Amino acid sequence: MKILVCISKTPDTTAKIAFTDNNTKFAEAGVQWIINPYDEWYALVRAIELKEKDAATIIHLVTVGGTDAEPIIRKALALGGDEAVRVNLQPTDSYTTASQIAAVAKGGQYDLVLVGKETIDYNGSSVGGIIAEQMDFPYVALATKFELNGSKATINREIEGGEETCEVNLPVVVSCQKGVAEARIPNMRGIMAARTKPLKVIEPASTDQLTTVVNFELPAPKAGVKLVPADQPEELIRLLHEEARII
Amino acid sequence: MPVLVYIDQSEGHIKKASFEALSYGSKVAELLGTSAEAIALGSISDSLVDLGKYGTSKIHHVKNESLNQLDSQVFAKVIGDVAKSIGANCIIFSNNVDGKSIAPRLAARLKAGLVTGAIALPDTKNGFVVRKNVFSGKAFANVSITSDTKIIALNPNSFPVTETGGKAEVSETNISVDAPKIKVTATNKVKGEIPLSEAELVISGGRGLKGPENWGMIEELARLLGAATACSRAVADAGWRPHHEHVGQTGLAIAPNMYVAIGISGAIQHLAGVNRSKVIVVINKDPEAPFFKAADYGIVGDAFEVVPKMIAAVKKLKGVA
Repeated sequence: MKILVCISKTPDTTAKIAFTDNNTKFAEAGVQWIINPYDEWYALVRAIELKEKDAATIIHLVTVGGTDAEPIIRKALALGGDEAVRVNLQPTDSYTTASQIAAVAKGGQYDLVLVGKETIDYNGSSVGGIIAEQMDFPYVALATKFELNGSKATINREIEGGEETCEVNLPVVVSCQKGVAEARIPNMRGIMAARTKPLKVIEPASTDQLTTVVNFELPAPKAGVKLVPADQPEELIRLLHEEARII
Repeated sequence: MPVLVYIDQSEGHIKKASFEALSYGSKVAELLGTSAEAIALGSISDSLVDLGKYGTSKIHHVKNESLNQLDSQVFAKVIGDVAKSIGANCIIFSNNVDGKSIAPRLAARLKAGLVTGAIALPDTKNGFVVRKNVFSGKAFANVSITSDTKIIALNPNSFPVTETGGKAEVSETNISVDAPKIKVTATNKVKGEIPLSEAELVISGGRGLKGPENWGMIEELARLLGAATACSRAVADAGWRPHHEHVGQTGLAIAPNMYVAIGISGAIQHLAGVNRSKVIVVINKDPEAPFFKAADYGIVGDAFEVVPKMIAAVKKLKGVA
């Protein structure tokens, strides 16, 4: 059993969102970087759980990023995983990123490729699907539960207003969200071990970029809350009906 | 070269998000000086002909049994084949479960630039630039698609449904469909409730409600308004409410017309899931609750006193005894 877990670097969930260079770049000053929570809490931890059940499982991690992504991939190795690959390229669009990962995955004989359901910065939710198509693997998006029985996976996935259970034979690409695993924190042993785990840096394969971010914008600030006295909720209902025209 | 819109269905019924996607697709077609066509897969009980009212001239229907359950690999191939056969070079999805599953595969298949989470029509004056949500709703990005074929996944509830009248021509298309590799064995859908992702109005409760036994008033208010119910992470984690009701950074991200937060303080992770709501109403007894900073309307007060009075006022407004 060989698993590839895709890891991306994102700003911390509480980071201040601002832009520089005429709104073309994310303002990185003072920002804490983390492993994208969906990649870490669900995709990576589920892979670690599978390895805990079956010690013969091999977990490889892959990230597409510059040297600035090294602390993130090391942190992921501290949680678990046997070795990692960093494709030395700043991610620009999901097609490019996914193509780089697919190029790594194609030579690796992986049974399972796990991704987070989306990154919390670009919110693309597309890397998993693009990898799957390029590998010609089935793709189960938005998984809420993942069980493995031999070479068959039983997966719960989100549907509008609920979830459904499906079965698929490996190999498969799965995008993970809440429910797939319980978040854990790295321990000292893991952190020490991560220092000596292999982290290979490879140069990017040649791919085309199909989209480019022109610029970013912040939403217009809210006008401020209109407070209604606590003893007059009927006034709130009136405002929602007559002013906001929403009910 | 027409615009092609993917019609999303569940158990034979066309989802509301598809009406938005069809309306959006016909506007994109107008911008590009072409017509909008659509594709529907699997058995559908709703009328396809009537979808013409959203500005769609022709609907390609591939009614193969294998397409009644979602296998994105099979779906992407069928949509790609139809897109190629009609020469479509701009394809529209809803950015929901189907869209997130299929659109990226199709993008790879057709080598098409993809923008997911789009919230506005493309700007075609200077290239093809689509506005999308980024940073979990805390900012927007204008993204230029530079490939010949383009795919857009439109965020639900971000484009108005517009009816222009007319009937669509429905063409039953017999093309080869691969056998699915994914087999659906069980479906667990909440019956009779409005799916949160499609709801226009949402009433949400947090830890301030003290326990699951106090959700009666939340449900009643929701029922009176035709709203869906939601909850904060703490509430879902405590098992007071089912996990599929959890909205926030790690739960569902929603963008209803109105989000009413009752007894929720408004942690930044919760706001990330709801900050795209058009109107936010906050009921909280703590005047310092951060949620008030993101709110349009608010009441500083005890939910157990305020909500029953809101229910009475809504009943009066709706003429319900």
